[in-house]
Amino acid sequence: MTADFVARLQEGLRPLAAEATLAHGVAVFVIAPGALVDVVKKLKSEYGFDLFLDVTAVDWQPQIPRFEVVWHFYSTLQHVRVRLKARVSEGDPTVDSLVAHYGSARYMERECHDMYGIEFRGNPDLRPILLYEGFVGHPLRKDYAKDREQPLVPYIR
Amino acid sequence: METKLPNPVRPAFTKSERDDTVIVNIGPSHPATHGTVQIIAELDGERVLRTDVHCGYLHRGFEKECESHTWHNLIPYVDRLNYVSALVNDFAYCEAVEKLMAIEITPRCRYLRTLLSEYSRIVDHLTCIAAGLMELGAMTAFLYLVMIRDYMYEHLADLTGARVTYTYGRIGGLARDLPAGWLKRLGEILDQYEDFVGRVHGLVDRNRIFIDRMRNVGAITTAEAIDWGYTGPILRSTGAPRDLRKDTPYLAYAELDFEVPVGIKGDNYDRYYVRMREMDESVWMIRQLIDMLPEGPINVDDRRCVLPDKNLVYTEIESLINHFKVIMDGPKVPAGDVYSAHESPNGELGFYLVSTGEGTPWKVHVRAPSFVHMGGVHRMLDGYQLADIVPTFGSVNMIGGECDR
Amino acid sequence: MSATTIPIHAVGGKSQAFEYLTTKKDELIGWARKFSLFPYPFVTACCAMEFMSVSSTPYDTDRFGAALPRFSPRQADLLMVVGTISHKQAPVLKKVYDQMCEPKWVMAFGVCATSGGFYQNYAAVAGIDRIIPVDIYVPGCPPRPEMVIDGIMRLQDMIARSHHPIVTKDF
Repeated sequence: MTADFVARLQEGLRPLAAEATLAHGVAVFVIAPGALVDVVKKLKSEYGFDLFLDVTAVDWQPQIPRFEVVWHFYSTLQHVRVRLKARVSEGDPTVDSLVAHYGSARYMERECHDMYGIEFRGNPDLRPILLYEGFVGHPLRKDYAKDREQPLVPYIR
Repeated sequence: METKLPNPVRPAFTKSERDDTVIVNIGPSHPATHGTVQIIAELDGERVLRTDVHCGYLHRGFEKECESHTWHNLIPYVDRLNYVSALVNDFAYCEAVEKLMAIEITPRCRYLRTLLSEYSRIVDHLTCIAAGLMELGAMTAFLYLVMIRDYMYEHLADLTGARVTYTYGRIGGLARDLPAGWLKRLGEILDQYEDFVGRVHGLVDRNRIFIDRMRNVGAITTAEAIDWGYTGPILRSTGAPRDLRKDTPYLAYAELDFEVPVGIKGDNYDRYYVRMREMDESVWMIRQLIDMLPEGPINVDDRRCVLPDKNLVYTEIESLINHFKVIMDGPKVPAGDVYSAHESPNGELGFYLVSTGEGTPWKVHVRAPSFVHMGGVHRMLDGYQLADIVPTFGSVNMIGGECDR
Repeated sequence: MSATTIPIHAVGGKSQAFEYLTTKKDELIGWARKFSLFPYPFVTACCAMEFMSVSSTPYDTDRFGAALPRFSPRQADLLMVVGTISHKQAPVLKKVYDQMCEPKWVMAFGVCATSGGFYQNYAAVAGIDRIIPVDIYVPGCPPRPEMVIDGIMRLQDMIARSHHPIVTKDF
């Protein structure tokens, strides 16, 4: 069931997805950042990937392009998962937002923006969600020191 | 004398749209929001018009911490994600690493992990329901459920050494095998569980006040739930029988006989009842697993990650070096990335791990169900009464450690 | 000076009678305060599970008079900081502490509140005593209920032994 569904998926996404592999039970497609919305529309309408699981990023410093944004989707009827990966550079870490397609994208994109600084074009609300107002920097980037604290309340000792 | 304290959040709205509405702040230090969520609500009298939910007050830097510890040393951090059902987190993480390392765990370990996952599921649902009922004023039900939960904590302390956060899972197996008499005590606890939960059913299920407060409150439809990323008991309460244990079976779930309880309307009452029935199903699964548990080793015989036997470490130089390398450098996990998900008591708990072949991970990301649920909880709060925020929020079972990581 | 008169005003300091009375007053007020603690459970993380356990059977803080939680800082006197305090939560903790009236005590419940635990990073405050003064530290991750009760009993000893002024420098 999974194997021929994955083959159909690979066929269907062929022009948009550069590479397609199967990694530990998840079909992985490497796409260009600009192709995201087209691929997601296809996944949602033609292949039934109705549950948007997760969006996160990986900081591959010192590789160029630096960031790799990773999306996971799940089809509640076919019980398969798919992973999309796109590389963006440090100078312009922008991808399109999926808030128009999935409601759950709102909070998850906020978190990715908080932690890595990835800009989601089209997300109206990119306020800090796990961090706080006044926090400077993006902690999950490799050049942010783990113990660099930015206290809000002055220390008494 | 007082210096002005900074506001750590920027609210989405500070001025009310109409003249007759008022904006109140609930939390974050509030018993109903479990101490870590702030809800800014615009109220028209008692009716909630719109809410702005802020989480992140328990952000402890889990993902950054994990990047500077070895694959083994970060298991205590993983425990403290969903701290009410800590064993599920352990096993989900260990399974993700085992997928990367292409390790297949031993049969005894597989069945034991399944048994303990179901045990943790019971503990989580007991805590959620107990807290929810206490917030409605049913102290007796809270005390009954916390008492049986305490027996389970002591029982797990016999096995793992700790009551709440266990650090019991290991890559390639478990920390130690069952002590003598553990399964017998397990049978006793399951009998006592049925007695206590029967009393709570009697107190609460057909209670007029409980039904009035929970029925048709916080309702959500299946399509909406999937759009907002809901999984687990909340999605099942809307009527969709989606459960990773049945849909994509892992561990030993394919060999067990169990049902997936679903609700009708997706309201608070359904979520309460789905959790109660899931606990019963878990007890039934544990009883099956006690009979199915095979003999054999707990840990797989893989020198990359499993520590050698202690008397070999003291006598052979190769075992000593192996032990040293696994502890100090960490197990060398092959390069690649993996996403592996388990059905935690809250929903789909996924681990996305990225390895570059070292003994420490490059990235550890948790797909936390509570965090995703917080994105959609305003759909369940808007339009209902102010007093409904308390039971609705309790029924979503937001666990701060998982939500904020 | 006859044997029956007790000097009320002595030269250069408080008289013995005054000190005897204030010691007895302190003991009485200390006894009353230690057995009627109203905790404000500032609950955030995993230690909450042990807080729930210690408040219920069989460990029961009600035996020590510390059962009834008060979720308003104005009505509470023991601030139990249960769980990790992140930098985002720190202003909230400080505000709640400032809003509590004297006399107030602070219990750091768990290692995260005591020292930051094993979260030594950008997000967690490395011990709440960096922002508010702490009276008793209860280590453990999370501490067993018996440990918490030991902490409460030591705090009660501390309250019993301490000085309870009726008139302080702020009034």
